[in-house]
Amino acid sequence: MTDRLRAVSLFALVALLILGTGVLQSWNSALLILNMGLVSALMALGVNLQWGFAGLFNVGVMGFVALGGLAVVLTSMPPVGAAWQAGGLRILAGLALGAASVVAAVLAWRRTSGKMRGWIVAAILLVGFFLYRAVFDAGVEAVEAVDAATSGYLGGLGLPVLLAWPVGGLLAAGAAWIIGKTALGLRSDYLAIATLGIAEIVIAILKNEDWMARGVKNVNGLPRPVPYEIDLQADPAFVERAAGFGLDPTTASTLWVKAGYALLFTVVLVIVLILAQLALKSPWGRMMRAIRDNETAARAMGKNVTGRHLQVFILGSAICGIAGAMMTTLDGQLTPTSYQPLRYTFLIWVMVIVGGSGNNLGAVLGGFFIWFAWVQVEPLGQAIMGLVTSGMAEGELKRHLLDSVQHMRLLTMGVILLLVLRFSPRGLLPER
Amino acid sequence: MDLLNAFVALSNFVLIPAIAYGSQLAIGALGVTMVYGILRFSNFAHGDTMAFGTMATIIATWGLQSMGVSLGPLPTALLAIPVGIAACAALVLATDRVVFRFYRAQKVVPVILVIVSIGVMFIYNGITRIILGPDDQRFADGERFIISARDFKEMTGLEEGLAIRTTQGITLVTAVIVVALLFWFLNRTRTGKSMRAYSDNEDLALLSGIDPERVVRVTWLIVAALATIAGVLYGLDKSYKPFTYFQLLLPIFAAAIVGGLGSPLGAIAGGFVIAFSEVAITYAWKKVLEYSLPESLAPEGLVQLLSTDYKFAVSFVILVIVLLFRPTGLFRGKAV
Repeated sequence: MTDRLRAVSLFALVALLILGTGVLQSWNSALLILNMGLVSALMALGVNLQWGFAGLFNVGVMGFVALGGLAVVLTSMPPVGAAWQAGGLRILAGLALGAASVVAAVLAWRRTSGKMRGWIVAAILLVGFFLYRAVFDAGVEAVEAVDAATSGYLGGLGLPVLLAWPVGGLLAAGAAWIIGKTALGLRSDYLAIATLGIAEIVIAILKNEDWMARGVKNVNGLPRPVPYEIDLQADPAFVERAAGFGLDPTTASTLWVKAGYALLFTVVLVIVLILAQLALKSPWGRMMRAIRDNETAARAMGKNVTGRHLQVFILGSAICGIAGAMMTTLDGQLTPTSYQPLRYTFLIWVMVIVGGSGNNLGAVLGGFFIWFAWVQVEPLGQAIMGLVTSGMAEGELKRHLLDSVQHMRLLTMGVILLLVLRFSPRGLLPER
Repeated sequence: MDLLNAFVALSNFVLIPAIAYGSQLAIGALGVTMVYGILRFSNFAHGDTMAFGTMATIIATWGLQSMGVSLGPLPTALLAIPVGIAACAALVLATDRVVFRFYRAQKVVPVILVIVSIGVMFIYNGITRIILGPDDQRFADGERFIISARDFKEMTGLEEGLAIRTTQGITLVTAVIVVALLFWFLNRTRTGKSMRAYSDNEDLALLSGIDPERVVRVTWLIVAALATIAGVLYGLDKSYKPFTYFQLLLPIFAAAIVGGLGSPLGAIAGGFVIAFSEVAITYAWKKVLEYSLPESLAPEGLVQLLSTDYKFAVSFVILVIVLLFRPTGLFRGKAV
C-alpha cells in the first residue's frame, strides 16, 4: 500500500467513524467530536513541530493551551472601568517593577564578575521583589474588591474574539521564549521536567491571580464569533429554512452554531497544516531534521543548534496557544480547574505518537482518531460493563464496577500508546 | 524579644512539617534516582506507582481493620505496608517483563523509554482509579499526636504550642530505617555492589559476569518498596488522592535532579532542600518575626513570600537554578 493510499484510507476511516456517530448517536455529538478533533489536531501539529521536526521533549503543552485560553479573556471581554480606576495602573506598575528587577539582575550578572557578583544579583532580586510586592499587592486588593461577585478583575480589551486566537499564539510564544532561553540546551529529560513545572505554574497563576481572569471563580459568557442559538430560534427566516430540512428550530440552531465553529476551525487548521508542510519540505525543515538526527554533526556543519531549537520551540508553543484560544472560545468560558496534565499534555502526546511523529498529516490524523477514542471509550465501556454486570445481583460491587467505567479511558489511552510504540513505533502514518 | 517562643513557633510551623515532607520526598526521589541509575531513564510513572502501592496498602488496612486488628496508638497501615509492597512489586515486575524489557533489549535512546513510561503512567492511573476511585481517602487511625499543642503549653508554660503528629514521627523514624537499610544493602551486600557496578559501567559489569536481568529485577523490587513506603507516609501525613500523587512527580523529580540523578545521597539531600524551601517560602513569618524582633520592628503584614498555591513554583525555581549553575546536581549525578 502506498503512503498516499494509506493516508487517504485512514482519514476516510476517521470520517466514517464521525459520520457513524452522527447516524447512530446524534449529529450534535458528531459535530462536537469534529470540533474538538480539529482543535486537538492543531495541538498535535504544534507538538509534532517540536518533537517530530526537532526532537524537543515538551511536556508543558497544558500551560501553553491555558495561556491561549487566558488570551481570550484578556482580548475579548469588555474592560471593567471601576476596577481599572481602583488599581489597574498600580498592578501594571507593580508588574513593570518586577520585570525591571529581573532584567536588572540579568544585566548585573552579565556585566559584573568576581566574587561579589552573586551577592549583587541576589540583592537586586530581593529588593526588586519587595518593591514589586509593595506596589502590586495593594493594587490587587483594590481590584479584587470591586464587585467581587460578578467581576473583581480588570476585564479585557473588548476586541473581537477572533483576534484572541493570534493573541493566544503570541502569549504562548512569549512564554515559550522565556522558557526556551533558560531550559533549552538542557538534556531531553531535564527539559521535560522543566516544561512540566512551567505548565503547573501557569495553571497556578491562572487559579490564584483573581485580578487577571477571576481565578477559580471562572470567566463566563465569553463573546462568540458565531450567532447565539436563542437569536437563531427567534429569527423566522432561520426557523423556516430549518423546517425545509425537516428539523425543529432548537436542533437546527445548535447544529448551525457548531457547524460555524467547525468551519472556522477548519480554516485555521488548513492554514497551519499547509504552513507546516511547506516548512517540513523547505531547507529549514531538512536542517531541523538533520539537527534532530545528529546534533553534533549539524553543529559541525555550522548550524546554530540552540537558536534553531529556540525557534521551533516558540513556533510549536504558539500553535498550541492558538489551539487553546480556539478551545476556550468554543467552551465560552475559562475554567482554570479544568486543565489537567493527563488531558491537555499527555493525551496530545499520545495523538502525536499514534499518528506518526515527524509527519504533519499523521499528527492531524492522530488528533482526530485519539480524540474520537477518548470520547467514545466511555459509552462503549458503559455498554460492555452493563452487559457483563447484567447477570449480577444489585449491590456494592455492581455499582462500583459501573462507576469505574469513567476511568476506562485513561487505561485505554495507555494501552493504545504502548501498543503503537511496540508494534508500530513510527505511528499510523510514518515519517517519509 | 522572646527567642524561645520564636524557636518553638518556627519548629512547629516550619521545621517539623518540612522534615516530615522532606523525608517523604527523599524516599520518593530515591526511587526515581534508582530507576535512573540502573535503567537509565526518567520514570514518569513513579507518582502513579506510589499511588498504586498506597492504594494496595489502604485496601489491606481496611481488611485488617474489619478483622479487628490494630496497632494501638500507631496507624494500622504500618502493618499493611508489606502487602502494599508485594502488590506494587508484582505490578512493576509485570510491567518490566511486558513493557520495558523489550526496549532494553533494543537499547533504545532514553527519551523513548520516557515516552513508554508515560504510557505506563496512563495505565497505572486508570487501574488505581478503577479500583479505588479518584476521591480523597483517609486511612490514618490510632493516636493523632505524640505531643499536642495544648499539652506542650501546659508542660513548658510557653505561649506557643508545639504539636508533633504521630504521622510525622513515624515518617522520620521510617525514613531513617529505610535509608539505613538501603545504604547497607547498596554498600555491603553482593547484590548491592553488583547494582552499583552496573550503574557505574554497564559493559564492565557485564564482562565480570553480573546478570543484568537480575540487577534490573532487584532494582524494581527496591523501587516498589520505596514508592509504596513514600506513598503511604505521605498519605498518612496528608491524605490519599491519586491526582495529588501524580502532582508529587514534580517536587520528587526536582529533588532527584537537584541532588544529582543517579546519586542516592543526592536524592536525600535534594528532598530536604526542596521541602525546606517550599515550606519556608510559603510560610507566613509574622508570628516568628514578632517574637524574635524588637517590638518597634514587628512586621504589619503576614510576611508570606508566596501564597501556598505557588509551592510548585518553588521546586521549579530551585530546579532551574541548580540546572543552570551546576547541571549534574549537588552530588555529581550521572548524565546519560
